[in-house]
Amino acid sequence: MSPWMAPIMWEGTFNRDILNAQYRQKNSVVGVATFAVKKYVRFIEGFLGSANKFFLSGHRVNFYLFTDHPEKVPSMKLAPEKHLFIIPVQNYSRWQDISMNCMDIISNHIRSHWRYEVDYLYSMDIDVQMFEHIGVEIIDTLVGTISSWQYTKPRDSNSYERRPESRAAIPSGEGDFYYAASFYGGSVSEVYKLTTACFKGVTEDRANGIEAKWHEESHLNKYLLYHKPTRLLSPEYYWDEELPIPPIIKVKRLSSVRKDLKEVRF
Amino acid sequence: MEICLFCSTLGEMTCWKVVKSVLILCLILVPIFVWMTVWNGPVHYLPYYLPCPEIFSMQLQYAEEKPAQLFTELFYPQPRSLDQKRRDVLTLTPWLAPIVWEGTFNSKLLDSAYKPLNLTIGVTAFAIGKYTMFVGRFVESAEKLFMKGYRVNYYIFTNNPQVIPRVQLQPGRSLSIVPIKKYSHWQEISMRRMEAINRHIAEVSHREVNYLFCLDIDMVFHNPWGVETLGEMVAAIHPGYYNVPRSQFPYERRSSSAAFIPDSQGDFYYAGAVFGGLVKQVYTFTRACHMTILADKANGIMAAWQEESHLNRHFFSHKPSKLLSPEYVWDDTKPKPPEVRLIRFSTVNKDYKEIRD
Repeated sequence: MSPWMAPIMWEGTFNRDILNAQYRQKNSVVGVATFAVKKYVRFIEGFLGSANKFFLSGHRVNFYLFTDHPEKVPSMKLAPEKHLFIIPVQNYSRWQDISMNCMDIISNHIRSHWRYEVDYLYSMDIDVQMFEHIGVEIIDTLVGTISSWQYTKPRDSNSYERRPESRAAIPSGEGDFYYAASFYGGSVSEVYKLTTACFKGVTEDRANGIEAKWHEESHLNKYLLYHKPTRLLSPEYYWDEELPIPPIIKVKRLSSVRKDLKEVRF
Repeated sequence: MEICLFCSTLGEMTCWKVVKSVLILCLILVPIFVWMTVWNGPVHYLPYYLPCPEIFSMQLQYAEEKPAQLFTELFYPQPRSLDQKRRDVLTLTPWLAPIVWEGTFNSKLLDSAYKPLNLTIGVTAFAIGKYTMFVGRFVESAEKLFMKGYRVNYYIFTNNPQVIPRVQLQPGRSLSIVPIKKYSHWQEISMRRMEAINRHIAEVSHREVNYLFCLDIDMVFHNPWGVETLGEMVAAIHPGYYNVPRSQFPYERRSSSAAFIPDSQGDFYYAGAVFGGLVKQVYTFTRACHMTILADKANGIMAAWQEESHLNRHFFSHKPSKLLSPEYVWDDTKPKPPEVRLIRFSTVNKDYKEIRD
């Protein structure tokens, strides 16, 4: 548990049966927003295939897939409670821009129709695969995932943005955890506030000619420092493939797919 | 033969009238005769009446709790992912409700999020009959240690408003006296608390407070009790049973009671002395408990530990969102074990025979 009493999800801390019984009474729908732009379309099949099997199995989920190549999306058979919506989106020349504009796209869609369609919304990277069940323990008001690179580091060596000119700046001596932008979410209203605030930070930085160290992840970290998540996911929920797995991680639920970053980003 | 003779002398119409009236007389007299012979002594009936319709049909408007909060306190030790402050106790239930022990939370951090919300916290306590003697110490210690710096409304339910002492209160805190009826048996008084709290929420406190705690009056605060205890629905673990297998919990074990929990089931044994949460949740909870208490009354059964058994039954089916460790409801007659680092709220020594009449 964090000092502000938000539970941290590690294997063994929860009983999914009780949580499922409580969740089913609410009859909620969960949305997942993910972006597959340019060469990232190759990851769609792996993502959807594993998500269909392991992500909130037995519960209603709407996958919102944003892509600039709708024709390249493979047709897949999904479980009856899972629905896929393909939304065409324009691509940008720089991958960093694609990454940072995600926030804006998400917040616009929430405002226009997602708030009527889903109760909880999660944003996930497309270049991941799931190996173990991810269930209703992730459903809460505001949820962040602790980064697999930095969960043991002292706060001053965290990769926060440190330059005070940026809106994402966190001075040294402050900070809780380093949150990964690859998996975050919560109730629709909280995610709307988060994405709007982060994108506002991004635009203000752009106007000042500065770009945060880890782009929208830096802005996300700044937001989650002040608006602390009500639930935290351990690095089991987003493990970077490049790292060897230490004994503390008993279960690797979701992990990035091995890829050549240079090749895939341009 | 005799009837025929009898009838023939009187005539047929009157004959039938006589037979009918004799039969009716029999129908009245025989049950009286049976009742008089079978009735073997004074039967003790507990007072019973139908639930009041006006409470249950009321639609109440509540201010919703703000979910994710803004934390402005920025300077505090870094939380470590792999660090567990308390390794000797369970700090999270299987349904992800935090269990509040000393060391699991940072008060300054929590205060920075809760103080700006301008909350008012209510406390109900029942001081009936001789229990009015505990009010003074309860309120005095609460003034020093309960939710310091927040607005608090004390609601003291009593049958004898005159003897309630006037305690000096901090600014932003108020005390109101709620007159209620005294029942003849202490078990009845105890069980009627649910109904009284429910009614009071419907009439008064839903407008005045955001969170409500229902505490026993015969207790005193010894250490700070702050906003780490706030939650949607909060229960406290009983000090006598936190280290005991569930088959030994004093749940109601007779299946004819509405508070029945079988041997193989149950999470914790919760204390009836402390429960609370958002006003809306306490309203639904007290109503549900009162309904099961009435169901038992109709069946002529009283649960093993009165409303505490019903409270446990309800918390088993509708799990609380936050649990308070036995630090928050301690029994002073017990020696302090190492896992209980701070005793925040505990019983006052008393002679039960003398107080309970």
